[in-house]
Amino acid sequence: MISETLVELSRWQFAVTALFHFLFVPLTLGLTWILFIMESVYVMTGREIYRDMTKFWGKLFGINFAIGVATGLTMEFEFGTNWSYYSHYVGDVFGAPLAIEGLMAFFLESTFVGMFFLGWDRLSKRQHLIGTFLMALGTNLSALWILIANGWMQNPIGSEFNYMTMRMELVSFSEIIFNPVAQVKFIHTVAGGYVAGSMFVLSISSYYLLKGRDVAFAKRSFSVAAGFGLAAILSVILLGDESGYEVGEVQRVKLAAIEAEYHTEPAPAAFTLVGLPDDEAMETRYAVKIPYALGIIATRSLDEEVIGLRDLQKAHEPRIRNGMIAYEYLTKLRNGEETPENIARFNETKHDLGYGLLLKRYTNNVVDATEEQIQQAVKDSIPPVAPVFWAFRVMVGCGVVMLILFVLAFYFNARREIESKPWLLKSLFFALPLPWIAIETGWFVAEFGRQPWAISEVLPTFLSTSDLAVGDVLFSLIAFIVVYTILFIIEMYLMVKFARLGPSSLHTGRYHFEKTPELTSGLRSQNS
Amino acid sequence: MFDYETLKFIWWGLIGFLFIGFAVTDGMDMGVGGLLPFVAKKDVESRVVINTVGAHWDGNQVWLITAGASLFAAWPLVYATAFSGFYFAMMLTLFSLFLRPLAFDYRSKIESEKWRTNWDKALFVGSMVPPLVFGVAFGNLLQGVPFGFDSLMRVTYTGSFFALFTPFTLLTGVISVCMMLLHGSTWLVLRTDADVAQRSANIGRIVAVVLAITFALAGVMVWQSVDGYSVVTTIDTMGQAQPTTKEVSTGSGVWLTNFAENPILWLVPLTGVFMPLVAAFLLGIKNKNTSVKTTALLASSLTIAGVILTAGIAMFPFVMPSSSQPNHSLLMWDTVSSEGTLGLMLMVVAVFTPIILGYTFWCYRKMWRTVTIEEIEQNNHTAY
Repeated sequence: MISETLVELSRWQFAVTALFHFLFVPLTLGLTWILFIMESVYVMTGREIYRDMTKFWGKLFGINFAIGVATGLTMEFEFGTNWSYYSHYVGDVFGAPLAIEGLMAFFLESTFVGMFFLGWDRLSKRQHLIGTFLMALGTNLSALWILIANGWMQNPIGSEFNYMTMRMELVSFSEIIFNPVAQVKFIHTVAGGYVAGSMFVLSISSYYLLKGRDVAFAKRSFSVAAGFGLAAILSVILLGDESGYEVGEVQRVKLAAIEAEYHTEPAPAAFTLVGLPDDEAMETRYAVKIPYALGIIATRSLDEEVIGLRDLQKAHEPRIRNGMIAYEYLTKLRNGEETPENIARFNETKHDLGYGLLLKRYTNNVVDATEEQIQQAVKDSIPPVAPVFWAFRVMVGCGVVMLILFVLAFYFNARREIESKPWLLKSLFFALPLPWIAIETGWFVAEFGRQPWAISEVLPTFLSTSDLAVGDVLFSLIAFIVVYTILFIIEMYLMVKFARLGPSSLHTGRYHFEKTPELTSGLRSQNS
Repeated sequence: MFDYETLKFIWWGLIGFLFIGFAVTDGMDMGVGGLLPFVAKKDVESRVVINTVGAHWDGNQVWLITAGASLFAAWPLVYATAFSGFYFAMMLTLFSLFLRPLAFDYRSKIESEKWRTNWDKALFVGSMVPPLVFGVAFGNLLQGVPFGFDSLMRVTYTGSFFALFTPFTLLTGVISVCMMLLHGSTWLVLRTDADVAQRSANIGRIVAVVLAITFALAGVMVWQSVDGYSVVTTIDTMGQAQPTTKEVSTGSGVWLTNFAENPILWLVPLTGVFMPLVAAFLLGIKNKNTSVKTTALLASSLTIAGVILTAGIAMFPFVMPSSSQPNHSLLMWDTVSSEGTLGLMLMVVAVFTPIILGYTFWCYRKMWRTVTIEEIEQNNHTAY
């Protein structure tokens, strides 16, 4: 059996590296479009300030992009290094979108990123603009393919288990592409990235406005970000991925966990605003509820039930028992007893093989599991509720606050009163971390809420690991934490330095710190 | 369209193509990064060197990502076994690879000598460790790697990090590093002038000769002292991916069987030996014109293709032989994805490769010039 410590460390390593990488990706997603908007205005109007805006925000984008590229490499390696059984078991299906991501998206993004930074003098205005567009397109396409891959983990359709090769194999690629879970996740995630990009520009522009520096530059940047950001936050909230929770068993479990709904309620269900989920008693204590809200959000109707965790979990028990039968016949088939009868019996039960594999945590043989072990596996078949419940509320809370801020920013900007509203500018400045808090907690809800599965109902997380020594993974986990911390400090140092310096860092001679050289010559000479 | 057997063979070729593509494009950047401390004596020269690849390093690096992802998609068992088996070597590569994007992008952001020399060191490490590890890994593949599968195809690897290093694998590591350095030097000769170009040519000539000798020496070792593997039972080339159902034997000189049976294939290793010498000769010409420089770059590209293909052909149909359980060795016939996945991915590659090559060439053409010290000094704030 696989060491529990190894599984825990492997999960921690994946979480640390994925969450860290995901600090930089959303900003890239959002800023590329903002840069494209700014540059489009420059090309259409020929006004220099918009080129300066593109270049300056592009500089900050570059600082973020480099570390995003570096940490993205980890994700490419890590499935093989730390999740080798996963890689074997689903590589036939899961590998394809990753490879397509490289061919269709990364090449485009990465080739034109070079043109964006260094091609200003070598390309015509239009060529450069098209390059910026292709960079943004590539970035967003990469999000599409990675979420198609992730959507398949959440709702693994279009594929089938093959006992001869002992893995999942591709049956219908179009089903995988048009997986409803993948579609809603894609919209929700990229729109989240657009919010991050907008908040970034809005926040830093507010800082310049509060300081009264480079006002013309800051106001124009503010306008672009307020408009784009409002559209983005409305998309995130209205096209939230709740609708994806209707599809697939594990998604339904996740939804119930998000709501800490242990009991199935008659439709339309109430939404639990806050409460204290208790997994032992399977009750939510001190729940404050809003009538009807959950039913409407989750099912978009008044008469469909949202099934509670108790009922969902209860339904897993027969599937685990069925999975034991599947495992028994799988063993026979793998031992060469490929009689038509064994094959038929296996095919009848193989949709529950994954549930049988849940028992591997307790007994290597699965078929000899005791009643107690089966009950344990039933308990394991849903995730711990409280972390999912709270992470979701933090995400939504951040979203609501940001919605209010974007509405106010848009409104006062449209009325050209933004400079006289220092309270709003201050709020926007301090709101800078909100998109990242929302995004990271959102990632947590989606991936922790999928537990105990790596691939929903197909492959448990604990089985997916590589056969490594605990010390190996402990060592690499510590190395990741140390190195990533150092990289983060370097990145933040540059980011803060250039954000404070503002467009003066472009050395055009037109901006704040360049107009009073006697005061700031020290600052200038050190920066390029 | 194609039957399963043909698809498997095409994918063997495509994986090879992607690895060669990686070595020719990103390998060039790695060569440039490795040469940096030796060809640039002052900051502005470092910037000349870095700016020859400044606009392209990121696009080039995608060859590495795509090669890795294609391995995942087309040969999932190889991806799973090699990456987890070579755990520390892979981590070492990964951590070194972190340094390159940051060095390229952050180095010029601050005009402090300490800041910049530190990033130069980071770029050197990030450029030289990966080819060294990849070379050592290839050597290990030729020697065989200790792994096996249980009945549910869970892989267990029984080697250790330090066991990866033998005289033979160190030699293949040196070959790999020399390949990148030669390639980087022909690139710098083509794209820079004055002292930087001269120093690059001088170093390039030395590594080219070292490369020709070490590659030939590795050939002798493969003939004499490294045991090769061969499949004893009949291989069902149309069959499903079941790598544990065959019998494999080992023997001295077996890796040369394919060349012995098809003598025309000897042209491939001969390319690997002679092309570096051609490059060395061209780099030695005084007052090189553009076509000489371009031919040198072409010769180093052919060297790379020759060396990588030699390893591939020698091992064919093996891609990852097992030294502890030879019967569990991974072949390009039995380690592959399903027919559907291979067919789908082939279509994707067929559609996108011409598009990728098209816009990549366009970008290179747009950015093409000799990078000079004067140019960097004029664009002090915009160049890398």
